Amino acid sequence: MTAQAGSAAACGLVACGDCALVSRPASAAAAGHCPRCGAALAWRQPRSLQRTWALLVAAAVLYVPANVLPVLVTDTLVSSQSDTIMSGVVLLYTTGSWPLALIVLVASVMIPLGKLAALAYVLVTVQRGSAANARERTRLTRTVEFIGRWSMLDVFVDTFVVALVQLSPLMSVAPGPGVVWFMAVVVLTMLAARSFDPRLIWDAAAAREDRDGRPR
Amino acid sequence: MDSVACRCCDLLQRVPPLPRGGKARCVRCGQLLATRPADPLDAPLALTIAAAIAFAVANATPMLRLSAEGREAQTTLPGGALAMWQAGSELTALAVAFCAVVAPACHLALLLAVLLAVRRPPAPPWVGVAMRWLERVRPWAMTEVLLLGVLVALTKIAQLASVAPGPGLFALLAVVLLVPAIATTFDADLVWRRIAWADARAQVRA
Repeated sequence: MTAQAGSAAACGLVACGDCALVSRPASAAAAGHCPRCGAALAWRQPRSLQRTWALLVAAAVLYVPANVLPVLVTDTLVSSQSDTIMSGVVLLYTTGSWPLALIVLVASVMIPLGKLAALAYVLVTVQRGSAANARERTRLTRTVEFIGRWSMLDVFVDTFVVALVQLSPLMSVAPGPGVVWFMAVVVLTMLAARSFDPRLIWDAAAAREDRDGRPR
Repeated sequence: MDSVACRCCDLLQRVPPLPRGGKARCVRCGQLLATRPADPLDAPLALTIAAAIAFAVANATPMLRLSAEGREAQTTLPGGALAMWQAGSELTALAVAFCAVVAPACHLALLLAVLLAVRRPPAPPWVGVAMRWLERVRPWAMTEVLLLGVLVALTKIAQLASVAPGPGLFALLAVVLLVPAIATTFDADLVWRRIAWADARAQVRA
């Protein structure tokens, strides 16, 4: 594979976001439409940093009620018990199925937190015009996009527990108020990962190297 | 030799002709640029038809069965979302219905339409619209997450009552195994090359 000098944008070319065709728009101000598939072209995703920050902050705020409020409420003849995501993990662990507890812990706690931290780190480094670790930061954004969907696990678990355990008055399970917030966190972080344009990492790195006068 | 711009770092580069089963990655950031599956039209079509049948079975037959103290209950995939709605968590029910039923169904239906339409090039421009929506629904089609979720739910309930997997669970397992097989045999670039251009004059120039 032979690399040509610089990015497509530096050569006045733009790749279609849908069909990937590289074309030369008539004007640099408005990129127009892809001649092959007709999609609107853009040099970079419009307002990528603002959108990603907005979705990320919203997700971080909703993460609090998602973890404080119960996701499942179990009613039996004699008692009623509320479980948050964390107490659900502890319950799984104490009842002997530690592999499942680990799966739920990774999917419901570590992946959402990791996504929030990773996206914030990438956004801050792009805004500071960092040139270091561009390849690693690009891989990080790809990983966040790839694993983000697994956080939906707990929502599916809760759904099927609620659907199946309906033996009232013996025992019935209802969804708690936390589950809708948790679902919103997963959806918002997925949207945040998709609205971030990783090409901005390389634009910032190139601008820094131009300014510092180092060879590209 | 086609010029491509990496979608992750915008580096302009040429992809050499690939051998069958070959892959090309971006020299700068490592993003996958192009693949050349051995059988990019028939293999994904066959796998998609199989996945569509399995997905229909997964939706129509019980996923889990429960029995406790002489009482029995069972649930299907759409039944799970419905139960969440009836239990008062409507938004969650909608998200589950979308990610577990609607998005995977749209994904398979669009794939089927695209793969059938591009068999005789040039395919009409609506196939391009279908390709665009295919990419949009794909991240929301969460069959593999759903399967793990059902299995965790099964184990959780097993501590309270006796539960058994239904035929729907095995059909879902088949879907989960087939979807990545479709992805590796599908060549989006080849499909796009077989679709008539929106701007016919530009196609003549290109």
